[in-house]
Amino acid sequence: MVHAVNGISFHLDEGELLAVVGESGSGKSVAMMSLMQLLPMPPAEIASGRVNFQGQDLVKLKASQIRQVRGSRIGFVFQDPMTSLNPVFTVGYQVMEPLREHMGLSKKQARQRAIELLELVGIPAARQRIDDYPHQFSGGMRQRVVIAIALACDPKVLIADEPTTALDVTVQAQILELIKELRQKLGMAIIWITHDLGVAAGIADRIVVMYGGQIVEHAHVDDLFDDPQHPYTRALLDSLPGRHEAHEKLRSIAGQPPLLLSQPEFCPFSARCKHVFDKCLRQNPPLIAVDGDHRAACWWDPETGGPRDVA
Amino acid sequence: MFHYTLRRLMFAVPTLFVISFIIFALLDLAPNDPTGNLPLTIPPEVREQIRMSLGLGEPFHIRYLKWLQQFFIAEPLNLIERMFGIEIGNSEDRLRIRSWATRSPVVDLIIQRMPQTLWVVGMSYVVGILIALPVGIISAYRQYSWFDQIGTFVSMVGFSVPTFFTGVVLIVVFSVYLGWFPSIYDTTHRVTDWNSFWIQVRQMVLPVMVLALYNAAQLSRFVRASMLDNLNQDYVRTARAKGMKEKVVLLVHVLRNSLIPVVTVIALGIPTIFSGAIITEQIFRVNGLGQLLIIAIQGADIPLVQTLTFIFAVLIILCNLIADILYGILDPRIRYD
Repeated sequence: MVHAVNGISFHLDEGELLAVVGESGSGKSVAMMSLMQLLPMPPAEIASGRVNFQGQDLVKLKASQIRQVRGSRIGFVFQDPMTSLNPVFTVGYQVMEPLREHMGLSKKQARQRAIELLELVGIPAARQRIDDYPHQFSGGMRQRVVIAIALACDPKVLIADEPTTALDVTVQAQILELIKELRQKLGMAIIWITHDLGVAAGIADRIVVMYGGQIVEHAHVDDLFDDPQHPYTRALLDSLPGRHEAHEKLRSIAGQPPLLLSQPEFCPFSARCKHVFDKCLRQNPPLIAVDGDHRAACWWDPETGGPRDVA
Repeated sequence: MFHYTLRRLMFAVPTLFVISFIIFALLDLAPNDPTGNLPLTIPPEVREQIRMSLGLGEPFHIRYLKWLQQFFIAEPLNLIERMFGIEIGNSEDRLRIRSWATRSPVVDLIIQRMPQTLWVVGMSYVVGILIALPVGIISAYRQYSWFDQIGTFVSMVGFSVPTFFTGVVLIVVFSVYLGWFPSIYDTTHRVTDWNSFWIQVRQMVLPVMVLALYNAAQLSRFVRASMLDNLNQDYVRTARAKGMKEKVVLLVHVLRNSLIPVVTVIALGIPTIFSGAIITEQIFRVNGLGQLLIIAIQGADIPLVQTLTFIFAVLIILCNLIADILYGILDPRIRYD
């Protein structure tokens, strides 16, 4: 039994872009997929928690009810556009599916809307390409199609799970631009899952840093980069290439992320932390308010270099 | 697609010629004597005359070419005439492939036997598919559930227990003890009304079930594996994230992809319908093509064996072609051209 995500809590305001940052296995995808009960259950299981969305608790919804939220009020974009489209159906069919399911459009109306959506996400000659199959599109174009599917029913929230990770850098930049543009046009809130702090810095309003299935730091984007609190965040920022002298080797964080076989009794980062002291091994730190909205789950205080003064 | 099909058809022609040569040559090389089963009182000169009258006096290549001519020209023409009731050229003079044992044209024998085989073996194939598809789909969707466990057990049994055993067990249980179904398939039975139709259904049940169990055992495993392959694909998650109904996710998105290899396997299995189920046909006394082939082999009826074997070869090549074309139709990534 793996406790992939433990005791995380965050909010998302309307029209806001929240970036969730963390390394592979930190639980960021699992956390976001569990919001929508998209994890295969069993083996996955949501032991406890609440997801308040427009006054509804999504965790309590029945399968048929959550289904009506998925794709209509909350859209999803996944990491790998090469595999996230069904290879045997045309792109148009796949864009039209949620339109017909949630908005009850006729075939003709859905097709018209699908063409508009494909144009919206910047697919050239959308009217001709709507009957093409996914394999006839490049990676970047496929990710645009996936985004069109996610946006099909005008969702309030878009959850993007590393949508640019599998793309090459130039295409990545195009997709980022597209998302920024769409966000302004459509005014939806976005949860952007990434392991790339650089990407997060470019687009996010707020950032949540996850480690070992927990949120270790939460801050507005400027605060996080100006004044990182958690040693893990600091180490992450330190490992970015641009922050070093030209000939210096890139810095990495020594050690491995923890195996989450039981509920953590101690700080999950303690084994890799430069500033670890006895309290870290006795008690798992909760999120401690540092400065207004800025919160960090750490007993160590970078201001003083000593233990944090917690009442 | 059309060009692809045409090209494949053209490749099939030399393949068929090579196969026809191998079949003809192998059987000709086999130490067989058409007079071997005749009474020992027949003197050698008469035996020699019998051999001559069967055309064995001609050299190998002449006999091969004549057989080819009969197979590819004479018999198809006969079939066309029979089907449309017309006469093309001098049909009386046309040389036919004749059985050494019965002296009747091989094609007529095959046409006599075909309906029984198609009904029993073909039906069992269809029933097998109809059982295998839902079983495979549910087993994959509810992997390791009790349904899946039972399905796994039954298909293991169905696949590993030979049909001559299941056939006899079914006869003992359902014919001998329960007396529900006849143990012998009556080929002379004609369906004329509801009552006789019911009798026909009853006599088909046992042989069809024996073969269907075997077919379904294999195919359901295949469907299950193929479904499992696809259930973990990212596009399934995408379909769920779009809020599609679970039924749509499973039966449209996953099934459509899973069927690609399954349809190929089904198409490739069609020739086995025609070759009949030799053992099952023997057990239930269905005088189908399988039984015809066995009798022909036992009686050293070389023309019949050659022709039947070659028909199977043609069917196998044809079904390979069909499987390839279906593959292209089902999977847009492999549309040829």
